Amino acid sequence: MNNIVIQTNGLTKKFGDFTAVNEITFDVQAGEIFGFLGANGAGKTTAMRMLCGLSQPTSGKATIAGCDIYTQTEKIKKNIGYMSQKFSLYEDLTVIENIRFFAGIYGLSDIEIKEKSNILLHKLGLETSKKKLVGSLPLGWKQKLAFSVAVIHEPSIVFLDEPTGGVDPITRRQFWDLIYEASDNGITVFVTTHYMDEAEYCSRLSMMVDGEIKALNSPTNLKDQFHADSMDEVFYELARGAKRKAD
Amino acid sequence: MKQFLSFIKKEFYHVFRDKKTLLMLFGLPIIEIVLFGFALTNEIKNSKIVVCDYSQDEASQLLTQKIESNYNFTVEKNLLSHNEIENSFKQGDIKLAIVFPSNFQQSLFHENIAQIQIIADASDPNTAYTLTNYMKQIILDYQRSILPKGAIPMQIQSEMKMLYNPELKASINFVPGVMALILTLICVMMTSVSIVREKELGTMEILLVSPSNPIMIIIAKAIPYLVVSIINLIIILLLSVFLLDMPIHGSIILLFAESILLIITALSLGLLISNSTANQQSAMLISLMGMLLPTMMFTGFMFPIENMPIPLQVISNLVPAKWYYTIVKSIMVQGLGFAAIWKETLVLIGMTVFLLTVSIKKFKIRLS
Repeated sequence: MNNIVIQTNGLTKKFGDFTAVNEITFDVQAGEIFGFLGANGAGKTTAMRMLCGLSQPTSGKATIAGCDIYTQTEKIKKNIGYMSQKFSLYEDLTVIENIRFFAGIYGLSDIEIKEKSNILLHKLGLETSKKKLVGSLPLGWKQKLAFSVAVIHEPSIVFLDEPTGGVDPITRRQFWDLIYEASDNGITVFVTTHYMDEAEYCSRLSMMVDGEIKALNSPTNLKDQFHADSMDEVFYELARGAKRKAD
Repeated sequence: MKQFLSFIKKEFYHVFRDKKTLLMLFGLPIIEIVLFGFALTNEIKNSKIVVCDYSQDEASQLLTQKIESNYNFTVEKNLLSHNEIENSFKQGDIKLAIVFPSNFQQSLFHENIAQIQIIADASDPNTAYTLTNYMKQIILDYQRSILPKGAIPMQIQSEMKMLYNPELKASINFVPGVMALILTLICVMMTSVSIVREKELGTMEILLVSPSNPIMIIIAKAIPYLVVSIINLIIILLLSVFLLDMPIHGSIILLFAESILLIITALSLGLLISNSTANQQSAMLISLMGMLLPTMMFTGFMFPIENMPIPLQVISNLVPAKWYYTIVKSIMVQGLGFAAIWKETLVLIGMTVFLLTVSIKKFKIRLS
């Protein structure tokens, strides 16, 4: 328990009178795959944006890889990868141009970029398509590529915001293979999802309802706790109490 | 530095992959120059007129010949009666009608006064005014030619000299105007659209999460358009020198330096627009509405600012293109140096600093 990479204490974000995230407190350990669940509008994305330094918290404390999110945002940025809900590569750039660009802005050297892009292309089986425009690839390939690009600089944590939306089950499975591989390499994965089968793949889960964390445990323990057979039931049980309208 | 290069490279890919926009970027200045240079001119040539000559004598025919030999007019028809005049106008292309009363020559030489009627189609008042002026000039010339030498004891001969533009070429007005228009339009519109596009696609978030400096992202965005604008500037200058015969009298280096200043002003304005809009369409609309009309109206190359009501004259001072237009005219047409345009330059620099400060501040606020 001494390898905590994300630690929050009473982290809160208010937009005017509306409290989007209300005093959430949790720890994530190194190498974990941490599932961040909740209905639409529960405050997941807002919480994640605060952790990534895209949004300033209203109050509370948090450290990412040992860095304070108020004062050391620049240091945090070097240590995290991020893949947003929206597709995050440039469709009018080719596969290899996208890889080079994102590796470049993380300050990788030319030799490193060359080495990494070769490994990456090989792993994804995209060697023959490396000069194709990303826009012409199927969605599943794009998502896998986007994930690989998000971890190309070997961050200590990668944040994934609903990475598998709209992707078929087989590709989703392959996508999770990539996540496992990253986790095996010591990258902590912080992932939000709506798919309860994916929730089962996580080492630990938090359930957000109305801006608060209502449950936090491993999938097995959560099912025991709520006397449920599946994660679906756990989710319904918790989300039913929500007062906020989903958007 | 390496990060910055990665950004610039990526922005160039964006610009040069988008063939349609690229065509527009480089096609627009060429079309504008050709249009303004040739199609839009203040001169009115070969206007069709009709002559109704009741007199049919030597004097009236001589004057008709003089009119016909002038390149401004073509005599379309000789009418027999007054009644046909209105019909000719109604049919269209006739701009002017001349009526000689009967006994024109006799009145002229024996009574020393003769009358001639000029009827103009004033549905377009400017054309009508210009054409009647041309006609009066021809009649005055004729009158002078039939006067015996020394008939008038006293005369004032006015000699006119059209400084900087002896041939009264309209292109001298239009080229600086087109330069101002194109440079502002392209820079404002393209930067605002390209930044808003990243926001819309969600890639801006990814860039902001990365360790790259936001200011660097913005500067990298502007660089391809700076390059495109400079190429455009060269195209416009080449076209105006070789196609429109419009020489550059002043320093080319000064001209380029001032143009780059305007480009930077426009880029900062585009940045400000992109900060205040959420999608590409509104960015496009705001830059078009906000730039095209004011630039056309308030630059002074189409409508003289001096003739506008005072409030509009005050507003015109807010348009960067207006100051640039004055600068370009001073350099290109009058061949003046920096000493003559430092005030305008200062205004542009002031605008740029203001726009940049506001937009960078706004950009930072958005981050938190």
